[in-house]
Amino acid sequence: MRGGVRGAGPVAWVRRHLVLLLGVLVLVYTFVPIAVVVAMSFNTPPSRNVYGFGSFTLDNWLHPCAAEGMCAAVGRSVQISLLATVLATLLGTLAAFALVRHDFAGRSGANLLVFVPMASPEIVMGSSLLALFVATGFGGRLGFWTIVVAHVMFCLSFVVVTVRARLAGMDDTLEQAAADLYATPAQTFRRVTLPLVAPGILGAALLSFSLSFDDFIVTNLNAGTTVTFPMYVYGVAQRSVPMQVNVLGTVMFAVSIVIVVGGELANRRRRAVV
Amino acid sequence: MSRRRGGRTGYLLLLPAVAWLVLFFVVPLYSLVATSLYDPTGSDFRGYEMDWAFGNYLDAVRDYARPLLRSLVYGAVATVLCLVLGYVLAYAIAFKAGRWKYLMLVLVVAPFFTSFLVRTLSWKLILADDGIVVRTLQAVHVLGPDGRLLATSVAVVAGLTYNFLPFMVLPLFASLDKIDHRLVEAASDLYASPVIGFWRVTWPLSLPGVVSGTLLTFIPAAGDYINADLLGSPGQRMVGGVIQSLFTDANDYPAAASLSVVLMALIVVMVLVYVRRAGTEDLL
Repeated sequence: MRGGVRGAGPVAWVRRHLVLLLGVLVLVYTFVPIAVVVAMSFNTPPSRNVYGFGSFTLDNWLHPCAAEGMCAAVGRSVQISLLATVLATLLGTLAAFALVRHDFAGRSGANLLVFVPMASPEIVMGSSLLALFVATGFGGRLGFWTIVVAHVMFCLSFVVVTVRARLAGMDDTLEQAAADLYATPAQTFRRVTLPLVAPGILGAALLSFSLSFDDFIVTNLNAGTTVTFPMYVYGVAQRSVPMQVNVLGTVMFAVSIVIVVGGELANRRRRAVV
Repeated sequence: MSRRRGGRTGYLLLLPAVAWLVLFFVVPLYSLVATSLYDPTGSDFRGYEMDWAFGNYLDAVRDYARPLLRSLVYGAVATVLCLVLGYVLAYAIAFKAGRWKYLMLVLVVAPFFTSFLVRTLSWKLILADDGIVVRTLQAVHVLGPDGRLLATSVAVVAGLTYNFLPFMVLPLFASLDKIDHRLVEAASDLYASPVIGFWRVTWPLSLPGVVSGTLLTFIPAAGDYINADLLGSPGQRMVGGVIQSLFTDANDYPAAASLSVVLMALIVVMVLVYVRRAGTEDLL
């Protein structure tokens, strides 16, 4: 190939793959802070007030709850996110079925109502809810339940959009075949429709969970004295950060990698089979 | 897909979600606007009275003009940076990644499942005064010997850019992935250089993704205050942080609510102007 039009030297190779290389570079950049989080999870800082590298240790992993208040905050966040995810996924899936499968007056209005929260700044949504809670006398009762209510609100739209996309892209010939073979509507729904939509619903639930677990701005306004994990991190960031925070960050990253890469591999297998 | 007629079941399925959104999204917005018009001299103890105090908005703009403007500027700069980085990445994934396409797409999302706050804290470490980035920049004289990145607007904008990048990449990818390759090939058959081919074919076809990506990035970036709080100093304060502390520290509800209304109005106006200029009204 020497002397060919495209050349074969390393320079030519870089040239030919320049865009891909730049893309990979951007991707690597998104992982830089993750690498730091993982490294810091094995770190003893030089002193309590310095957030920097000191020496290697396994202590943070062996005693994750030694950071005062962290595990309680994580537990509370998990409870809130589970509740919010179940509610948002249920309501959102029903709404998605209505929007794709049924024809009625006001459908475009409903679609708009679903869209607008996703395009609103969190600080505005959060302060609106707080204004409502204060005006209706719930100002003194902010806490666990007001957070759940808020999280269901902003997760709902994402669930509707995700499940709606799955439903809209679905071919209904299988359902018609089931009906032709004398399946009752209930049987068709349970044995054919639901398994086909399930990946969309699962994806929506995972998205809800992570949105809810990670939320700070809306939560902070409507939490009263309740502390969720992001609020805990925000609090310690003003004082001194226990390294255990990075243990949790690493665990979250590992779990999400397993879920997204696993999901992608499952998809790939399904594509290969079909 | 056949849609069933007769709306009753449809309404029943939709009712719970719509009720939730009306009760906890629409009604609160009304509540926010009402609160923003309360008599500003009221307090938590004496209670608030509706006073139709439109002057609250003027006060909010006058008192907090700097954080307001700063939020819009930081948000806009971060959005442009996200567009540049995100376009390269989305283009590489859509056209150059081959069989690694979906794996790369998954990797775009993966880091963002790790806590937003923990990742932002790790930027604090990366950009620290004795860290590798600052030292390198000092060595090549981009920064002076005492120059720093933390507590400057550079750090805040960098944090915003990092945190909102996937909001840009995903819609861009969706748009680019739909482009029919034969159009680009046709351009090159007709003697368009790769640059002209990109500029006249690929870029215009990717505009829907550019518009939705910029909106999805700009809106949360302008409203964010975590990056400003963790990576900046009081000199980089953004309006979200002001609203938050007016509500929870100062308990000055009318001022907080009017500032929030002003922010929303500004964002809505900017979005409308932008969408009209981009000529893509039908996307909304």
